[in-house]
Amino acid sequence: MLAYLQRLGRTGLDVAAGFGRAGILLAQALWGPIDWRYGPGLLLRQLHFVGVYSLIIIVVSGVLIGMVLALQGYTVLVRFGAESALGQMVSLTLLRELGPVVAALLFAGRAGSALTAEIGLMKATDQLAAMEMIGVDPLRRVARPRLWAGIISMPILAQVFNTVAILGAVGVGVSWLGVDAGSFWSNMQGSVELGEDVINGVIKAFAFGVVVTWIAVFEGFDAEPTPEGISTATTRTVVYSSLAVLAMDFLLTAIMFGVD
Amino acid sequence: MQSRSIEITVGAFVLAGIAALSFLVIQVSGLSFAEARRDTYRLSAQFNTVAGLAPRAKVMVAGVTIGRVTAIHIDPISVRAVVEMAIDREVDYLTTDSIASIKTAGVLGEQYVSIAVGGSEDILKPGDQIRDTQSAMILEDLIGKFVTSFGDKE
Repeated sequence: MLAYLQRLGRTGLDVAAGFGRAGILLAQALWGPIDWRYGPGLLLRQLHFVGVYSLIIIVVSGVLIGMVLALQGYTVLVRFGAESALGQMVSLTLLRELGPVVAALLFAGRAGSALTAEIGLMKATDQLAAMEMIGVDPLRRVARPRLWAGIISMPILAQVFNTVAILGAVGVGVSWLGVDAGSFWSNMQGSVELGEDVINGVIKAFAFGVVVTWIAVFEGFDAEPTPEGISTATTRTVVYSSLAVLAMDFLLTAIMFGVD
Repeated sequence: MQSRSIEITVGAFVLAGIAALSFLVIQVSGLSFAEARRDTYRLSAQFNTVAGLAPRAKVMVAGVTIGRVTAIHIDPISVRAVVEMAIDREVDYLTTDSIASIKTAGVLGEQYVSIAVGGSEDILKPGDQIRDTQSAMILEDLIGKFVTSFGDKE
């Protein structure tokens, strides 16, 4: 009985310590004096690795999701003769919820897991320890450019996702199913607000970018330096960041669009 | 050479983000931010019931949007619903005998405030209250009346 209690207590302490370590990592990596020796090259390389390489999966899934939304929306709306509201339905769904969330989930799977595996392997092969030995702070050399790259890339990826998804919806809704192009766009423009919908979507994407890269980088640094440890850490990155994105999405939606 | 190609692709990536955002802002939202920040003045009106009217609902004259509902609350003395509206500054033709009514766009559409302008010479000033109002039609009540009137005939 006491042993169970002890185990529960230990788990609780471990979790709390993990949160603490993650917080310290984020604070130390993001703030503090900028070391100009590294220049912008590090950040550029990470933007390329984290952002540009994620672009293909974001564009392809964006087009497909936009097409599916248009098709499903059309079949329901046409029953009420309201298919002209298709543009409104698709754009609000994408801008407010689906765009940031799906882009963040894809981002976690594509870039987050790669970040964790990379940093974990650096740790397993003692590269991080070697950096410390020669007086280079791995938090600043390794963690900082990756965190910033993720935070910058995520909003860009989400907006690209929204754009191609809306264009995919136009392709299916207007070109194929024959919704009137004029009412499609004017309905959309009439209901989408810049501050309420577009900007809030960007804010959401930004928050998801922070969370996903934070979890990915932290799990990499916190990974056990064994092949097994790295694989567990990579899995944890995808699972935790997906759950964190969905939970945060609910919170942000409640704050932004909640009944007031 | 390698870092040059990286720089170019990252530049294109950021450009794609900016292009996507401007597409969303201009084509999708139709820059409705300008509308939200337009110069407005306040009017209010008391209704017996606002059933279903919500803040941010449109205020229309002759089917043209001239403002938005900003807040709805209860007046504690008359126990009627007070609807606060923000009307565009350039609207200067609302007379004191205008009638505000709550209408529904289509059968299942959203509710809005419709203002019918009267013939008086006096113009409503910022902060004024529209005296003549017509409350929202409640579909359930209408159906109820319809059913009971059927009952009476037999």
